[in-house]
Amino acid sequence: MRKILEGSHAVAEAVRMCAPGVVSAYPITPQTHIVERLADFKANGQADYEYVLGESEFAAASIVEGAVAAGVRSYSATSSQGLLLMAEVLFNIAGMRLPLVLSVANRAISAPINIWNDQQDAVTVRDSGWIMLYAEDNQEAIDMHIQAFKISERVKLPVMVNMDGYVLTHTYEPLDMPSQADVKKYLPAYKPKANEFLNIKNPRTFGAFATPETYMELRQELYEIVESSRKVINQENRIYKDQFGRGSGDGFTEGYKLNDAETVLVSFGSVLGTMKDVVDELREKGEKVGILKVRCLRPFPGEEIKKALEKAKNIAVVEKCLSLGNEGILGGEVKQHIDKPVKNFVVGLGGKDATKGVIKEIVKKAKGTDKKLEFIYPE
Amino acid sequence: MQRNNTNSKNKYLLSEGHTACAGCGELLAARHVAEAAGPNTIILNSTGCLEVTTSQYPNSSWRLPWMHSLFENSSAVASGVAAALKYKKQDKNINVIAQAGDGGTFDIGMGLISGLWERKDNVLVVCYDNEAYMNTGVQASGATSHGASTTTSPAGKAIPGNMLFKKDMPAIAIAHDLSYVAQTTCGHIADIEKKVKKALTMPGAKYLQILCGCTPGWNYDTKLTVKLGKLAQQSGLYPVFEAEYGEITTALKVPKKKVSVEEFLKPQKRFKHLFKDEKGKDLIKQLQVRADKNIEKYNLATE
Repeated sequence: MRKILEGSHAVAEAVRMCAPGVVSAYPITPQTHIVERLADFKANGQADYEYVLGESEFAAASIVEGAVAAGVRSYSATSSQGLLLMAEVLFNIAGMRLPLVLSVANRAISAPINIWNDQQDAVTVRDSGWIMLYAEDNQEAIDMHIQAFKISERVKLPVMVNMDGYVLTHTYEPLDMPSQADVKKYLPAYKPKANEFLNIKNPRTFGAFATPETYMELRQELYEIVESSRKVINQENRIYKDQFGRGSGDGFTEGYKLNDAETVLVSFGSVLGTMKDVVDELREKGEKVGILKVRCLRPFPGEEIKKALEKAKNIAVVEKCLSLGNEGILGGEVKQHIDKPVKNFVVGLGGKDATKGVIKEIVKKAKGTDKKLEFIYPE
Repeated sequence: MQRNNTNSKNKYLLSEGHTACAGCGELLAARHVAEAAGPNTIILNSTGCLEVTTSQYPNSSWRLPWMHSLFENSSAVASGVAAALKYKKQDKNINVIAQAGDGGTFDIGMGLISGLWERKDNVLVVCYDNEAYMNTGVQASGATSHGASTTTSPAGKAIPGNMLFKKDMPAIAIAHDLSYVAQTTCGHIADIEKKVKKALTMPGAKYLQILCGCTPGWNYDTKLTVKLGKLAQQSGLYPVFEAEYGEITTALKVPKKKVSVEEFLKPQKRFKHLFKDEKGKDLIKQLQVRADKNIEKYNLATE
């Protein structure tokens, strides 16, 4: 059914339909509208999950970790400093192969403190073993959450769903909300095997201590499991599309007017929407510009990106985050897989507008020979 | 995971074959906590000696569903387990225990434990208090006794060991209005079992703190573990008591014939510097004053 909803409220509604047994979170702007709405559902008898007030993000992450270890589908949401506070737990959850879904309302990192959108938070924990998906708009955010539970429970790895703070979380849009019956059909109840959860009938030891004799083998195994999730991410994108009529490329990347494009902008998150408008305008003027959207940061779609950029003459990676002392995060990772020059641009840090003007300037500069990292400000 | 010892003849829920030191007070206490709680129990264990010595992959000493996550979060993970059991309507027949050492309880895990206590989650929090970070090599914690020499509060020419005073965790627990708060020692084995059983009949969040001798950390003859537990109680330094909703309900009396704190301190090399000079003797006097205050506060004197 088509409804006008705020992004956060739509996500909360999607999460409710996924029927988690335990929800725990700690308030942080701009994630708050998601967890407030989930608390409303509980308070009004519209949901049967246990809603546990964490006294910090560290606690909230630990609480959902315990809940899923006890065999119950669980959910949390956070942002920025909260995600960094969770960092130790995030690595632990992935290492223990616990299926969880965490929404991240992407926001800048202190100092200086800033509550507005950029993408620095989640990229900082990209090596934790979590599958990391990025929504372009609120429709995709809803669909991504529903898929995230399925992917997570199929591969037994946690999934982080990233959506730009404010730009998506606080924006009202007309959205196709799936029905409860359809969600239930797509996402069956979570039923771990008898030896996969804290079970008095099949007592197992979880989170054991590994010496040099076994640690490296276990970490290699985790690496291979994250790799193996590629197939599942691709499949679930397709299965979801078959049922709901919406999908995103191969689940990892999606091209926009890419076929004959000489200049290609590569990016992730909500800035893709602005880029599409700019590309449409420039196309009308005859410029051969296209976009490569990155939907999944981990596992990283290096091969898909390489293939999609085969014919591109000018490549510009645009992102709202960077590695201090090196270059952009996405820029650096795209370069790893491509043996031609890539120009890297940083935009929109801490809520700075990433306007059409900014994107147009990037299209111009992408053709230049100077390939060092550039910060682009609105005019 | 496989058992450490597949030929194990005993049926303890924390079985033999672990790698703890001879005379370890923590393992002794933990075995009785598990036995008293019984097989319908899920244990969440913080990082520390108890975790390292019982769960070396691919082996395990635990015959209970047991999980270790991090150093500071066994309590919050337990809150999650308790919430999941409530959701599954299994919270009435499965016990949840969060256990940690004094570092994981008094220091790094305290905020998360306070959260659990505030929410009154149906979890028994057990602290095995051996008064320092023993797993990392005897560094001072918020539970370290005044005057004890540790590797980060060494007894030196200028400073005679730890100059801070032990944090009163049971009082902090009581301030959360818990249904049950108790303290005992590894010298009171039957009492440990009794208190665990009692705690698990009480609603919401509970706290049990057990003083556990650490042979390398306290540096004493391994055969003295149980005796030192008894001396800690008998001297008044470590009262053995129960409190329900803030009211002390039971307290183990000290013997008629006074046991001085020196009797507890003397066999432990972590205190040996106190017996060498006047400064040390003054410090022992201060500890005696604290023990005497406990005897008064908890009404431990025999009529």
